[in-house]
Amino acid sequence: MQINTFEELKNILKKENKEIYEIAQEIECQNLCLPKEDFRKLIKKTLDAMKEAIKNGLNNLQITNGKMGGQDCIKLVKNYQKAPSVFSKLFEKILTYALATSEENARMGKIVACPTAGACGIVPSVLISLFEELEIDDEKQINALIIAGLIGKIISFKVKPSGAIAGCQAECGTASAMAAGAAAYLLGGNINAILNSIALCIKNILGLTCDPVRGFVEVPCIKRNPFMAIHAMTAVELALAGIESVIPTDDVIDAMEQTGALMSPSLKESSLAGLAKTKTAIIMSKSCFTKRYYSEHSNK
Amino acid sequence: MNETSILDIISPIMVGPSSSHTAGAVKIGLLARNIYGAKIKNVKITLYNSYAQTGIGHGSDKGILAGLLGFKVDDTIIKDIFNSLEASKIKYRFEYEENFAYHPNAVDINFVGEIEMKITAQSIGGGEILITKINDFDVKINGKFNSIILIIEDTIGYISKITSIIQKYNINIATINCERKAKGQNATCCICLDSDISDNALIEIREEINPKLLRYIHKL
Repeated sequence: MQINTFEELKNILKKENKEIYEIAQEIECQNLCLPKEDFRKLIKKTLDAMKEAIKNGLNNLQITNGKMGGQDCIKLVKNYQKAPSVFSKLFEKILTYALATSEENARMGKIVACPTAGACGIVPSVLISLFEELEIDDEKQINALIIAGLIGKIISFKVKPSGAIAGCQAECGTASAMAAGAAAYLLGGNINAILNSIALCIKNILGLTCDPVRGFVEVPCIKRNPFMAIHAMTAVELALAGIESVIPTDDVIDAMEQTGALMSPSLKESSLAGLAKTKTAIIMSKSCFTKRYYSEHSNK
Repeated sequence: MNETSILDIISPIMVGPSSSHTAGAVKIGLLARNIYGAKIKNVKITLYNSYAQTGIGHGSDKGILAGLLGFKVDDTIIKDIFNSLEASKIKYRFEYEENFAYHPNAVDINFVGEIEMKITAQSIGGGEILITKINDFDVKINGKFNSIILIIEDTIGYISKITSIIQKYNINIATINCERKAKGQNATCCICLDSDISDNALIEIREEINPKLLRYIHKL
């Protein structure tokens, strides 16, 4: 069995008196031939790896592989020690955890792709900050990650989470929607609030390009992670207030698919346009790779 | 049939920086290594389009090489694979090409030497991959199933011979994908299984249909 659309998910919930994570978990266990406990253990392992990546990122000052980042998280942490955020502690945590994870990724450190490595800071920063600030127990933490996964899965049926196929909207945008839906669940939102937070999230990142400078997952990717994490929280707060997306969630995903298909390949993870072809980026590229290295390289 | 799982979305636990361009590359290398089956001595790798343009920054070259050498997506050796002892034992060469007839993230892996083989693959997003060609035969192998891969002479009844042996061992077939160039010529057959098959079954298949190539690859 499979839930292919958000409409289907809503209908199943109407019929069965179960929570979203229960339904998602049942389907997964059936498809993967796994007992429930084993499935939840695998989710827990992923969650632990996310927490580990944040911890490593917060304590790492190493410059990233492409030498364009790696020391921004520490700046933020130090500044918050002097001058706390005008928002809350939760806001501070989301920004620092997102930066910590995505900087760790750009160092070729160990992270969890969620749904992709370039977007790896978004879901963990939102969820783990909420877990800590709201003191959420282990079981509910696992439930939240299952819901995030289900959202990503349903989106991926129409739009593969790949910058090369549909631009950054499919990577950071999908991650933001996953984080938003799961956060809405943690904050007590019902299925309508969850679906609206997903729709609001995606609607506001349609057409987001993937134009990494020099081909590294650094500029704009690292700093985009905290932005997209807060983007998710904006959607959640609106949806929890009962604000609805005029265009339903499944239609919004259709729009993302169409937009992705219409976007030029030069703006989809090829570094042939956008930020990657700015004057500064071209100068940086020239000083890094020689043409010869780019056309071929071998060890013997 | 859509086989994507929640575990595919919130995974893999991997070495960065890109699920499609690093982890996907490692998986392509690993699957290609398993399909080739022989000891790798010399290999030429061609990266296309997005893989070519952003592959070095994303470590796609390092990933493919690490996979070919048998390392997994979360192995921290990937970062330093070019300087590893394992890499120094084989001969490798990377080429970068633009060809929009290919998938944005496509790669050709040419094994050179006594046993030659060409494998074409795509990284389709979030670390998921697809092997699309073996020696110019169309295949669909995603590494999510234990799979039997065969290249055989196209003869009447070869599929039923194979499937009856698989049935005898009480194993369910998830998907079956066969293709031939022309009647009576070589054909490829990829059979994805829901569980692990024993060596005895593979020996029986080999004896029954005498394939030109038989590989059994475990899911990644």
